[in-house]
Amino acid sequence: MKKTGLLLVVMLLALPLVYADSHEYAAWTCPEGFEGQTLSIFNWSTYIAEDTVPNFEDACGVSVNYDIYESNEAMLARIRQGNPGYDLIVPSGGTVQRMAEEGLLIPLDKDMIPNIPNLIPDLLNAPYDPDNTYSLPYQWGTVGVGYRTEVFPDGITSWDQVWAHDGSVAWLDDRQTMFGIAHLFLGTDPNTTDGDEIVAARDYLLERGGNVVAVAADDGQVLLERGEVDIAIEYNGDILQISWDCECDDYAYAIPDEGSNVWIDNLAIPVDAPNPELANVFIDYILDAKVGADLTNYIWYASPNQASIESGFIDEEILNDPAIFPTPEQVANLFAIIDVGAEAEELINNAWDEMLIFLGQ
Amino acid sequence: MLTADQQLINEDAMSRNRMVRRLGVIGLWLNPVFSYFFLWAPILVLVLFSFNQSRSVASFTGFTLRWYGNILNNVMGAESAFSTELMLNAFRNSLFVGTVATAISTVLGTMIALSMARGKYKGKRLLDALLFFPVVIPEITQAISLAIFFKVVFDWLALISGERIFPGFHTIIAAHVTFNISFVAIVVRARLADMNPQLEEAANDLGANPWQTFWLVTFPLILPGVISGALLAFTLSLDDFVITFFTSGVGTTTLPVFVYGLLKLTVTPEVNAISTIMMVLSTFFIGISLTIQGRAVARA
Repeated sequence: MKKTGLLLVVMLLALPLVYADSHEYAAWTCPEGFEGQTLSIFNWSTYIAEDTVPNFEDACGVSVNYDIYESNEAMLARIRQGNPGYDLIVPSGGTVQRMAEEGLLIPLDKDMIPNIPNLIPDLLNAPYDPDNTYSLPYQWGTVGVGYRTEVFPDGITSWDQVWAHDGSVAWLDDRQTMFGIAHLFLGTDPNTTDGDEIVAARDYLLERGGNVVAVAADDGQVLLERGEVDIAIEYNGDILQISWDCECDDYAYAIPDEGSNVWIDNLAIPVDAPNPELANVFIDYILDAKVGADLTNYIWYASPNQASIESGFIDEEILNDPAIFPTPEQVANLFAIIDVGAEAEELINNAWDEMLIFLGQ
Repeated sequence: MLTADQQLINEDAMSRNRMVRRLGVIGLWLNPVFSYFFLWAPILVLVLFSFNQSRSVASFTGFTLRWYGNILNNVMGAESAFSTELMLNAFRNSLFVGTVATAISTVLGTMIALSMARGKYKGKRLLDALLFFPVVIPEITQAISLAIFFKVVFDWLALISGERIFPGFHTIIAAHVTFNISFVAIVVRARLADMNPQLEEAANDLGANPWQTFWLVTFPLILPGVISGALLAFTLSLDDFVITFFTSGVGTTTLPVFVYGLLKLTVTPEVNAISTIMMVLSTFFIGISLTIQGRAVARA
């Protein structure tokens, strides 16, 4: 029995090697007929590898315009006032849903994207775009806790450690994420629209917010770096950023066992795109095993590409970092945020504001 | 004769006076120190970190010219990193937009200033008031109205010609010209107001036609105003974020819009380096402008 188990482990470990051997990787080739065309991409800043775009230009014989934005809202503002000519954008989950509802996205042509099966099945059919009609995952990550390793030498494994910590804590100013965490404990839907359940989540957090010194709008990592807090609830990328900047082991990131929020940034084609065909081709290119791996090796976010992960193209260091790639058990407990509609949004906003007042923030 | 007591009081008052005066002297001396400090300290930090080895602004780890080297390499045509390429494209876009918008708005602005100073026509008062519009209305209002205007016009043109027009350099430049015209006109008009109108009359008396009068008399006299108006327009155009953001198209990102896009993540030292270069250039231009104006005043 024991031996069989061991054998199984050895086989599992060897699987990537076998995979890499048996499936000789064939470099992505561009479909014919796009030479001389132009593709215009609108993406988040520093969110692409140095050679991703130049390689695509060479492979297809096309030229690429590449512009950057810093928030979903900034991108949305540009597209809403009339698409100025972008073919491809990278909205986050909730934004995909909003844009689809407003008619700002055009459906993908999946016949032109044969690499779709490369994607991790768990990340497909997310509640914000149930059939992936409009979007496919680009990169993803989590919200969790960044903490000072000297305060927590044994790490953090539960939200209860955050609630009970005798010291300063910063929460993330993202109402749906924070209430979602409370819903995990209350056994209610993280995207609930029920007023009573939202109030219950508010009270749950309020009872556990005694140690909160800041509800930070995306700069909890700075408070952590300055030593003003011992724990900051933050996006994984932000905590990783301060770890690289200081080149030290003073900070660590963990996803508590109870679960947390998962965010997915998606490739989508905005309405009135001048060249949607080439945008579909580019999406297929990004979903290629090697291209996806190069992307992750450069920007250090989790790849949604199962083929990239299995092929061994992604650096071991990144693949084995639970701050970047959560374990399958952790993935099972992650929840995605969707657009809950104006009515529920108002309930959430009110509950959140009341909570902030009672917390004295 | 003063009594001893009175003398004592007087001396007391005098020493107090001396104290106040001395404080005043120290205050006067400190005043520029503080002013310069507040004006320049943040800029010095920016310059300092353009020489930082680390990509982070958390600490200064050592001196390097690498970031300037990256920029130079790209300018010299060598292969360079995608991110550097993007930034320099934005910088080139900024210079291009600034130059063209300045040229157009300087000509138009000078013409408006002349017509207001010399012309007599209906609606001059209204034009006078409207000229200050772009200066006083909030930039965001102007940005959104321009964005909507372009959209409506382009939709309309698409309906007629069946060809879709996208925003791009033409929209950014048109937008920059709209706000720059006012600044140029105001500066040139101030210069025209200082000019002695009898000089033009004298030229007329001596047989010069209006064309000759303008180029031989008026223009050389208002030239310092035109140049400083143009430099002001160029600086404003280079700086502008809000209006550019709303009117730009694909691949026409200017440097301010590009830097704003970096905010979510790290602003690299290359951005510090290019900002330093831009600042040196601006200072140079302003220096020229001030020298020209100074000379003109000395001559007048």
